[in-house]
Amino acid sequence: MTTIEQVYEILSKVTDPEIPVLTLDDLGVIRDVNVISDDEVEVKITLTYSGCPATDVMAGDIRAALFVAGFTKINITHVISPAWTTDWLSPKGREKLKKYGIAPPAATLSLQEAIVECPQCGSKQTKIISEFGSTSCKALFQCENCLEPFDYFKCHR
Amino acid sequence: MLFKYLLQLADNQLILSQRLSELCGHGPALEQDIAITNISLDLIGQARLLFQYATKHDDQKRNEDQLALVRPENEYRNVLLVEQPNVDFAHVIVRQYFYDEFNFLNYSALVNSKDEELAAIATKSLMEVKYHLRFSRNWMLRLGDGTAISNQKMQDAIDDLWAYPGELFEMTADEQVLAKAGVAVDVSTLQENWKEAVLATLQEATLAIPEGTWHQTGGKKGIHSEYMGHILAEMQFLQRAYPNQTW
Repeated sequence: MTTIEQVYEILSKVTDPEIPVLTLDDLGVIRDVNVISDDEVEVKITLTYSGCPATDVMAGDIRAALFVAGFTKINITHVISPAWTTDWLSPKGREKLKKYGIAPPAATLSLQEAIVECPQCGSKQTKIISEFGSTSCKALFQCENCLEPFDYFKCHR
Repeated sequence: MLFKYLLQLADNQLILSQRLSELCGHGPALEQDIAITNISLDLIGQARLLFQYATKHDDQKRNEDQLALVRPENEYRNVLLVEQPNVDFAHVIVRQYFYDEFNFLNYSALVNSKDEELAAIATKSLMEVKYHLRFSRNWMLRLGDGTAISNQKMQDAIDDLWAYPGELFEMTADEQVLAKAGVAVDVSTLQENWKEAVLATLQEATLAIPEGTWHQTGGKKGIHSEYMGHILAEMQFLQRAYPNQTW
């Protein structure tokens, strides 16, 4: 029988549809896994932002990955408590974001006080351009040193 | 009783979300277009959580889409404020700000609901609403304390919409029972805090506080303004023409 560890291993390869460098594990949305039998498995995931359109795609991708691994009965349920915050992002996930060109969340909700490092040149002299960005989870910043605009993964809690 | 309360909460988020979604591609500038669309998306997400929970308490066993999209107008319980038309950016911002201040206070109280699922939905939604409030409040200040024209447009919008927020703090009979049981929020207790926050913002934004105290009401009882039918026509068309269609 496939073990829970093996299921986690399979899930660790499923990525966020909008930020494909992050796995769902890095994002911190997988809350529980339960292997019921050889062909039946239960996965509990949580939403990031409540309207995030990626959620349904994530569930579909999980289903596909587990199906390929031999499961035919795949129950995916959504849990909303404890609510997801950006504190659930793994340290590895934060590093991946930076390398991908997205500044990881700062320690404060305030966009003015947040020290957001430019993912291109590392300068801390950056400014907010738009509170809302290309997805629910991001805001748009610009570096005042290298002048590159970049996405900031907002602190959410 | 809980079912009706859930619909009431969900309908406010749903109808405001629908109103905001009309602006997709029509925002005054790209950043604001994206902001309004993102807020709309958060609100529809919050409405979905509430509708999904409501399906568990529906005697008629309707699904989420049926609850959101095929009820007749008089079964929608949203307040009149959220169905008011977009008119111009000033009206969009004032409507949003009035609602965000309420939404923030309401969810802040609802996180303590004795109904665990409702408390969880509130906890999740509150994080998003805080962000909305920051956006709409900043625009109140920026446009109110902006140019003579932006100030005048904001003042017109405030004067137009001033009759609507009062309904947010009215208690239905069901709400009274549920509030006593610690499940619902006693919204009548939020009015003072709402007023204090709004008046402070108006003052900082150099906008005048309207003198009127009368307010328009009806939405929570299912009696809507003439705008509601038009909103529903667009929102419900697909599900009515092609029942049970999914993406």
